[in-house]
Amino acid sequence: MKLKIILQIAWGLLKARKRQTIVAAVGVTFGITTFITLLGFMNGLNDLLDGLMMNRTPHIRLYNEITPSSTQPIDEASNHNDDYNFVHSIKPKNDRMEIRNNKPIISFLSNAPEVKGVTTRITSQVFFNIGASSIGGLINGIEVAQEKELFFFEDYMIEGNSMDLQNVPNSIVLGEILAEKLMLRIGDLVQVTAPNGERFQLKLVGLFQTGIADIDKSQSYASILTTQKILNRPNDYVTDILVKLHDVKRAPALAKYYGKLFSVETIDMNTANAQFDTGSSIRSLISYAVGITLLVIAGFGIYNILNMLIYEKMDSIAILKATGFSGQDVSRIFNTIALVIGIAGGGLGLLFGNLLCHLIHSIPFNTDALPTIKTYPIDFSTKYYVIAALFSVITTYFAGYFPSRKASKVDPVAIIRGK
Amino acid sequence: MKKTLIEAQHIGKYFYSPKKVQVLNDISFKIDEGEFVSVIGKSGCGKSTLLYILSTMDTEYEGDLKIDGVATKKKTPHELAHIRNEKIGFVFQFHYLLTEFSVIKNVMFPGIKLGKYSEEEVEHQAYERLKLLGIENEALKNSNQLSGGQKQRVAIARALINKPKIIMADEPTGNLDEGNSELVFDIFKEICAELNQTILVVTHDNDFANRTDRIIELSDGEILSDGPPLIGIG
Ligand SMILES: Nc1ncnc2c1ncn2[C@@H]1O[C@H](COP(=O)(O)OP(=O)(O)OP(=O)(O)O)[C@@H](O)[C@H]1O
Ligand SMILES: [Mg+2]
Repeated sequence: MKLKIILQIAWGLLKARKRQTIVAAVGVTFGITTFITLLGFMNGLNDLLDGLMMNRTPHIRLYNEITPSSTQPIDEASNHNDDYNFVHSIKPKNDRMEIRNNKPIISFLSNAPEVKGVTTRITSQVFFNIGASSIGGLINGIEVAQEKELFFFEDYMIEGNSMDLQNVPNSIVLGEILAEKLMLRIGDLVQVTAPNGERFQLKLVGLFQTGIADIDKSQSYASILTTQKILNRPNDYVTDILVKLHDVKRAPALAKYYGKLFSVETIDMNTANAQFDTGSSIRSLISYAVGITLLVIAGFGIYNILNMLIYEKMDSIAILKATGFSGQDVSRIFNTIALVIGIAGGGLGLLFGNLLCHLIHSIPFNTDALPTIKTYPIDFSTKYYVIAALFSVITTYFAGYFPSRKASKVDPVAIIRGK
Repeated sequence: MKKTLIEAQHIGKYFYSPKKVQVLNDISFKIDEGEFVSVIGKSGCGKSTLLYILSTMDTEYEGDLKIDGVATKKKTPHELAHIRNEKIGFVFQFHYLLTEFSVIKNVMFPGIKLGKYSEEEVEHQAYERLKLLGIENEALKNSNQLSGGQKQRVAIARALINKPKIIMADEPTGNLDEGNSELVFDIFKEICAELNQTILVVTHDNDFANRTDRIIELSDGEILSDGPPLIGIG
């Protein structure tokens, strides 16, 4: 059976009911527009928040916890093998933070194919002094170039240039709130007290803002060399090795593997940010639910118009059947009507959804928490458009299914007699 | 020996609502190629019911029906639709046209559905049929912009589009004045003589019936008489 005549007849029947057809199509358009806009907006926000967190989070972190040794010297003594021993009040040794013998680990990781990048850090508690009082905080000794590349460090710099950390000796970058509390400006000297009590003067070369107040009011960055100096450590002293992978999904497995391989503590991003992920997925879920609900409602609109159309066009159906169109042909005609409404309405919906997304994307959105964001974030991924198109076709198909079946079962004799 | 086109064998039909009533009882006859047959009888005697069965639209009956030598009882609805499309042209009492489409489209659709010829070819044939019926000037009008007689002629043109072996009509002149009735009769007569098509017409009009080759008279669901008209052909 030729598609053309089916289309021709479907189109003729549609034209006879212009207004209802348009209303039904507008229902689909509305559903799809909302679906696209909602998902684009929600996921734009998700990505933004993800970026806020994830960009700065290593996929795997290798570190050492300060924990007391699990074996005591007496356990090693062979002449007490058969005896019990009790050792009370075991304390950790001071030194455990360091990842010892880290050079081979780093070179192993740098050459591993699954690893995108590796950088090392030293994290230590320090005090920032202002006059007689001091504020507790954290200093991160970083490899500036790698940090920039892997964790987008530059994105968070609101003043100064991060490379100055490397180029200017004894320099530091402070969190924006911290600098404000210390009443310091770029070029000023920052008084820092190391855990061992030694005092240092560092030059303030920049300010950063992550949008997370806890970080911005307590943290600071310096080059790894400067930090080693402050802590009075040798230049192979490192407390964290941070890894970014090509495929984040492998993080949990690889974290475990590296932990065993190098006998260090490891934590992967998924475990560290489990709740964060849940939040994102619930937001997506809600937007899908709302979008699909709207489409289902639009589907009922199509269902109604088709039922009405079939009721009104009983005569035409009877004529078609009497002149040799089968129930299957009639059913195809009405399915086509449903799909035409769905595709036309859905297509416009995709267009309007995209336009609305662009509109939202152009609305200024300034917040202290998000220094790099100037307008509302929108996720323009094609996958939402594909899903929306798919859903509009599926809902309209189902909306058309039962009416079409009904139409195919119309008994021409009953209709012709009824006249 | 002429070919038998319609063969009814012991056809019986019941209606079940409001109560079981037998409307047709043991109807048997054969109609050959090129015959012009009329079916007459009192109102309510079962003429239309019989015609719907013969047209393959009604499949709930007893007995057997052969169309052009093919038994129809075991055919699927899809196959029956094809038989109707190819072999039977149906003209209703109330000129049933698709009001959403132009006259020419109404005539063309069964032809396009058959798919034997290209759309241009079908369109050409449709114009020929309309010309035959003298309404080619109305081809592009919408089908509900025509008079009753014109509509009836469009319906006949549509019935003719696929050169069906059989044309069935249920009181095709019931709604027409004398002049138009005359016209329709002449058209049928012409088709029958020139195109060798078989025509089966249900009618109330005795004048009409008397001018056909053969009259089947029904009474209370049974065949009362079957043969050439008693009054000579006019
Ligand atoms: N769907 C139905 N249910 C019950 N009885 C029916 C049904 N259709 C028709 N009948 C009955 O069947 C009988 C035959 O009807 P049919 O329409 O075949 O008569 P007809 O000979 O065509 O009459 P007319 O000349 O008035 O058109 C009538 O008595 C009618 O009441
Ligand atoms: Mg009747």
